[in-house]
Amino acid sequence: MFHTLQVIVGGCFVVAGLFFFTTATLGLLRFPDFYCRLHATGKGDTLGTLLMIAGFIIYEGFHLLSLKFVLIPLFLFLASPTVTHSIGRAGVTCEVEPWEKREKEGEEAA
Amino acid sequence: MRVFLTLVSFYLCVLVFINLYRAIYGPDILTRIIAINAIGTKTVMILILIGFIYERVEMFIDIAIVYALLSFIATIVAAKYFLTRRSIE
Repeated sequence: MFHTLQVIVGGCFVVAGLFFFTTATLGLLRFPDFYCRLHATGKGDTLGTLLMIAGFIIYEGFHLLSLKFVLIPLFLFLASPTVTHSIGRAGVTCEVEPWEKREKEGEEAA
Repeated sequence: MRVFLTLVSFYLCVLVFINLYRAIYGPDILTRIIAINAIGTKTVMILILIGFIYERVEMFIDIAIVYALLSFIATIVAAKYFLTRRSIE
């Protein structure tokens, strides 16, 4: 009974993590600009990893191995903002132009 | 549960291939770096899932941690290179 509950709750967490991975990938694929893509993957991947690891811990049960599982999101919460900031700063330093929405032909910009 | 985990890892593989499209045909070099970083994060998840499928998760969790560290260092070094080069051409 308790094991069935563990499997169901853990599976729900894993599916929620997959949803965030999917949105991050869609953002990387469809956004128009380098800065927008950075915004999409920097947040989506971090939260997806946290949710999936939480699902694994619930599925496996709490014991000594859970400590190692916690290490991965703990490290990723330090590393992912560092990487995002570093790449974004490289883009600003290299003077990459941000994307702007183009006006249609024959329309005056207000 | 084992079938479910296998399906989850296949789905993550599909997402990795979509990211790989961005890494190959990306318009500029910084987009490629972002795509490779995202692939690294998904690979860590796939490694843990492989550990669950083969029931050797205490071994694969160490490999996953080391892979996360290596992916972080690679991305930081690539970003640092373009930070000092001041041009993406």
